[in-house]
Amino acid sequence: MDAASPFTLPASVQELETLLAGERYVADRALALSVFLALKLQRPLFLEGEAGVGKTELAKVLSSALGSELIRLSCYEGLDVSHAVYEWNYQRQLLEIRRAEARGHADAASGGDPLFSERFLIRRPLLRALEAPHGRPPVLLIDEIDRADEEFEGYLLEVLADFQITIPELGTIRAKQPPIVLITSNRTRDVHEALKRRCFYAWIDYPTFEKELQIITTRIPGASRQLAEEVAAFVRELRAADLSKAPGISETLDWVAALMALDQQELDAQVIADTLGVLLKQQEDVHAIRGERLDGILMRARASRAAS
Amino acid sequence: MLLRNLVHFGRLLRGAGLDVHTGRLLDAVQGIEQVGLRSREDLRLTLRTILVHRHEDFRRFDQAFELFWREHRSSTRDNVLGAIGERPREVSVRTARGAIEATVQDDTGEGAPEALKGSIRTWSPDDVRRTKDFAQFTPAEIEQARLALRDLKWRVAMRRTRRWSPGAGARLDLRRVVRKNMQHGGELLVLPRRRRKEKMRPVVLLCDISGSMETYSRMLLHFAYALARSRARVEAFLFATRLTRITRHLHSTRAEDVVKAVNRAVPDWSGGTRIGDAIATFNRCWGRRLLGHGPVVLLISDGWDRGDPAILRAQMARLQRSCHRLIWLNPLLGSPEYEPLTRGMQAALAHVDDFLPAHNLASLESLAAHLAALGSGRRGADFRSTEGTPARA
Repeated sequence: MDAASPFTLPASVQELETLLAGERYVADRALALSVFLALKLQRPLFLEGEAGVGKTELAKVLSSALGSELIRLSCYEGLDVSHAVYEWNYQRQLLEIRRAEARGHADAASGGDPLFSERFLIRRPLLRALEAPHGRPPVLLIDEIDRADEEFEGYLLEVLADFQITIPELGTIRAKQPPIVLITSNRTRDVHEALKRRCFYAWIDYPTFEKELQIITTRIPGASRQLAEEVAAFVRELRAADLSKAPGISETLDWVAALMALDQQELDAQVIADTLGVLLKQQEDVHAIRGERLDGILMRARASRAAS
Repeated sequence: MLLRNLVHFGRLLRGAGLDVHTGRLLDAVQGIEQVGLRSREDLRLTLRTILVHRHEDFRRFDQAFELFWREHRSSTRDNVLGAIGERPREVSVRTARGAIEATVQDDTGEGAPEALKGSIRTWSPDDVRRTKDFAQFTPAEIEQARLALRDLKWRVAMRRTRRWSPGAGARLDLRRVVRKNMQHGGELLVLPRRRRKEKMRPVVLLCDISGSMETYSRMLLHFAYALARSRARVEAFLFATRLTRITRHLHSTRAEDVVKAVNRAVPDWSGGTRIGDAIATFNRCWGRRLLGHGPVVLLISDGWDRGDPAILRAQMARLQRSCHRLIWLNPLLGSPEYEPLTRGMQAALAHVDDFLPAHNLASLESLAAHLAALGSGRRGADFRSTEGTPARA
C-alpha cells in the first residue's frame, strides 16, 4: 500500500494475513490474530520470543504493509527521557544567548523563555510518534525493551497509558491518534508485569518445519526444494540440541544463501562443518556440535524429513 | 450471555493462578466482536492474546480453555475449578519436607511457640550459638537464629549503571547548565555536573535441598527469606535433581504458596543430587533472563554430586562467565576435617570465585560482610576463608 492512498486498517484477520504475505512475511494464524486485535482495539502489542524469530521484522513489515511511517526506539540500559522523548539543543541555546548579548539585548535570554521554545527542541522517537500528522498513525517499534532498565519501563507505562507527554517548559503534548505500538523483548530479563498488563501479548516461537520451509522459499526463491527442506529439517534438529544460542530465522536464511553461493544442492556433513559458523555464533556451540554429534543431528534431520 | 461466560472463565483462570484483571474481560468482548466468532480456535487465540501476558501461562490457559468449553455444557463449574487447581501430589514425605513446612509457618509468625517469644530478646550476636553448627540446632535455636538473620543487614556490592543522575561527577549536566545560568543573563557561572547512578547488584540463589543437605535446608531457607527482604533483587531456586524457581513465593506472604513450591520440588528429596544438570537447566532456561545485570550468584551445596563431573565443570564455567561473582557456600566447610575432595567439588572449584562456609550464624554474618565489600572487579578464587569457621585446635 503506498502512502498516498487513504489509511484503512484491514477488516479481517484474513486480510491482514494477506497483507503480511504480500510483504513476504509468513505469519501463522495466532500471530496475525494478535496483531489484528492490537490494531483494532488500539492497544500496544507485546511481542516476546527468542532472538531471531522475526519480532522486529514484523514491525517493519507491518509499517510498509499499512503504508505507515516506522518509528523505532532501540532500548539500552540507561535509556532516558533525553534519548527516548526529547532533548533541548544546548549548543544552540548557548549560542543563542551569545548572539542576543552581541546584539545588545542583554535581557533577551532571561525574559520570556525563548530559549525553551520548539525551535530548540530535539524530538526523539516517542515524541515523534505522538506528534505524527493526523490520519495515518505511525508504527512505533520499541525494540528490545528488556535491555532498558526499570526506570524507563515506568516512564513508558505512563506514556502508553494516555499517549501524552509533558515537557515542563512547553506543556503537555497529546497524540491526536494513538500510534500502533509494538514492543519486543528477547526475555533477557523479566519485564515488569504492569507494563505487560497494558499490552496485548503474543509469543513468537521458532517456526515449525512447514513454516520455516515456507519462509525459505518465500525469501530465497532461487533455493531448490530439496535444499530448503534439508536445511529446515536440520535447523529444527539443531534447535532441539542443547545450545547456548540456537539459530534464528535470519541465520537460517543466511545459511541457505551461503550454501547456494557454494553451489550446494544438498547437505552433507562436510559442508555443514565448513559453514557452521553462519548458523552458530558461539564458539562453544560450534565446538559442541562438530564431529559425531553433527552426524547424529544430520541423520535425525534426514529421517524426520523423510517422514514428513 | 457472552460476558457472563467470560466472567466465569476469568474466575476459572484466576483460580488456576493466572493474573487476569477484570478490565480485560471487556477488551475480550470487543476483541471477539472484531474477530468474529467463526471458529473455536479463533476464540481461543483471541482470549489468549488479551487475557494472558506470560508465555509460561499459555499451557495453563489452554487447559483451562479446554476444560471450560467442555465442562460448560454440563455446567458443573465447581468441578472445573478443582480439576485445574494444584492437586496434592502423592509423594513419600520425609522429615526434611516437614522442616520446610515448619519454616514457612514460622515466617508468618504462626509457628512460634509462646514460650519462645520471651527468650528471643535475650539472644545476642556474642552468644555461643553464633558458632554452633546449624545441624545441631534445636527448634528453639532455629527460631532464634531466624530472627537474628532477619535483623542482619544484607547489603550487596554496588554496580554502576548506565543511567545518569545529578551529582559531583566528571560530566557536565548540560540541561542544568543552561537552566541555572539563564538567571545570570547567560553568563556561565555555575557548572552543574552529573554522574553514573549506582544500584545494588542482584543476587541469584541456587540452593541444594537433596537428602545430604537435609540438616541445613531449613536454616538456609530462612537465609533465603532474609536475603529476599533486603534491598537487593533476589532470585531463588531450589534443586536436587530438578530445578524449581521459588522467587515469587519468597516475596509472597502466603505460606501455602511456598509449601506448594516446595512440594513441587519434593520428588527430589529422595534422589541424589545432580548439581551439573541443575546448573545446566538454570543456564539454559534462566541464565539469559536473570544474569543480565552483573549479579552475584550464591550456590549453596555440600557438593555431593551423583552426576557427571565433566558436565558440572562445563556448566560452572558457563555460569561463572555470565555473572559478576560466583560464590559457593558449603556447610561442610565448617568442619575442620573437611577437604573438598569429592569429584564434583574438584570439578567445580576451578570455576568458583569464593568458596565459603555456611554452617553457622557467624559464617552467614561474614558472608553478609563479604557481599557488601565485593569490589567491582573479579578476584581470584578465595578458597576456604577461615572467617566464621570454628577455631582450629
